[in-house]
Amino acid sequence: MPDATGPDQIYDCALASKEILLPKCDDCGAYHFFPRVLCPHCHGTSISWMRASGKGRVHTTTVVRRKPERGGDYNVCMVELEEGVRMMSRVDGIAPGDVAIDMAVTAFVDDAEGTPIVLFRPAEV
Amino acid sequence: MTNELRGKSAIVGTGHAGFGEAHGLTAYDVMAQSALAALSDAGLKLSDVDGLFCTMMEDSMPALMAAEYLGIQPRFIDGTMLGGSSFVNYLTSATMALEAGLCDVALIVYGSNQRTASGKLVTASRPPAYEAPYNPRYPISAYAMAAARHMHEYGTTREQLADVAVSARAWAQHNPEAFERGPLTREDVLGARMVGDPLTVRDCCLVTDGGGAIVLVRADRAKDFPKAPVYVLGSAAESSHRQISQMKDFTVTAARESGKRAFAAAGVSHDDIQAVELYDAFTINTILFLEDLGFCAKGEGGAFVEGGRIAPGGVLPVNTNGGGLSCVHPGMYGIFTVIEATRQIRGDAPGIQLNNIDLALAHGNGGVLSSQVTAILGSQATL
Ligand SMILES: [Zn+2]
Repeated sequence: MPDATGPDQIYDCALASKEILLPKCDDCGAYHFFPRVLCPHCHGTSISWMRASGKGRVHTTTVVRRKPERGGDYNVCMVELEEGVRMMSRVDGIAPGDVAIDMAVTAFVDDAEGTPIVLFRPAEV
Repeated sequence: MTNELRGKSAIVGTGHAGFGEAHGLTAYDVMAQSALAALSDAGLKLSDVDGLFCTMMEDSMPALMAAEYLGIQPRFIDGTMLGGSSFVNYLTSATMALEAGLCDVALIVYGSNQRTASGKLVTASRPPAYEAPYNPRYPISAYAMAAARHMHEYGTTREQLADVAVSARAWAQHNPEAFERGPLTREDVLGARMVGDPLTVRDCCLVTDGGGAIVLVRADRAKDFPKAPVYVLGSAAESSHRQISQMKDFTVTAARESGKRAFAAAGVSHDDIQAVELYDAFTINTILFLEDLGFCAKGEGGAFVEGGRIAPGGVLPVNTNGGGLSCVHPGMYGIFTVIEATRQIRGDAPGIQLNNIDLALAHGNGGVLSSQVTAILGSQATL
């Protein structure tokens, strides 16, 4: 693959090496997510990529109910990262219904299904 | 819409078709039957239509497909796709087009056969790239997360959510056009199959077939039609995001802005509104929109809907046809908020007809709480 140039490519390339990069605006200093060619806050176009701390909190959560024979229930939630952006994700390692709003969580990159994705687990206390 | 457009257009016909199950019919068949019904209501013919306002859940150019199917050659088309709110939004563009002389007879129309075609919500949109890997179930996961956050911040309860569904059913029980008319209690809702916590299947809209249509003309000729005209006094839109992960505050929708501007354009206040027709795709919607439109304070929506306060005989008539929860929900419900508001004002509502309705509010929601459009409709007396 040629050098990553587009915002999605840069994000995906980092993820492939288990690194979570977040776009940050050089002009206003705010992070944004999903990646784009401009800052949605100030519309500046000078964007730097920063390594995410991986620390976040569950902003809101739901359980997608699914029949056991089709894999059972699973969690879908919104995590607010320390950097101030939110992403959809899933908290693993606990029952889907035990994921709670405001719960502190830590990110990890999972590639169990071939494509790397950002998941979370409850933060160590 | 600004004040200059207040009362410049009038609804002179409404129609619908295929409510419930439209066996053997395509979405376009249902669309066309709805169009014919609305034109018949207005005493007009398809050949009179020169402005078309339409989107559907199939095809990338549904308005062109609809015009082709109907055998008309419109000189003005708006096919803006904002989801279910599109049809309330068309009230603004139709009024502008009529007022500017770009068309003389505006037809807003929609049809769907999603129940008999697939039995579940159909959508032509791709799952967003940064959400798809987590397999949210659209659209319920989005609304479930909004409900969860509202419960967390304001103490809203599942019982209060359930009461929205119970009230909708109570209205529907009097409406022969409604799809679900059986009894429904709070316990029924709470005990129903959980689909996406905290929402059970009874917190979710129906999946039905159905179509609706509305005919508008310039106000100066509105009295030349068989039915009493219903005027568009104000309409306004605001959109805040497309993907649920981009919603800034899960407890506040852009209905706050659309509502404020629609009220200002119409020059009326909340106390004047006699019937409220909201897009209730899920029980949380009704609570959010009552708050954001200003019928109660933020966080008080749960208490506002509790115990039959928005049911027949309550303090505010909300979704008087039974709404998307109990009357009809063919993929996109927005057009039916306008149709029910119009019929309440005309005095020919299919279910409970409220007494002497001069002002009603219709509110459309599109996407995942993304696009909010509010319209205020009034009788001749409100001009
Ligand atoms: Zn910026």
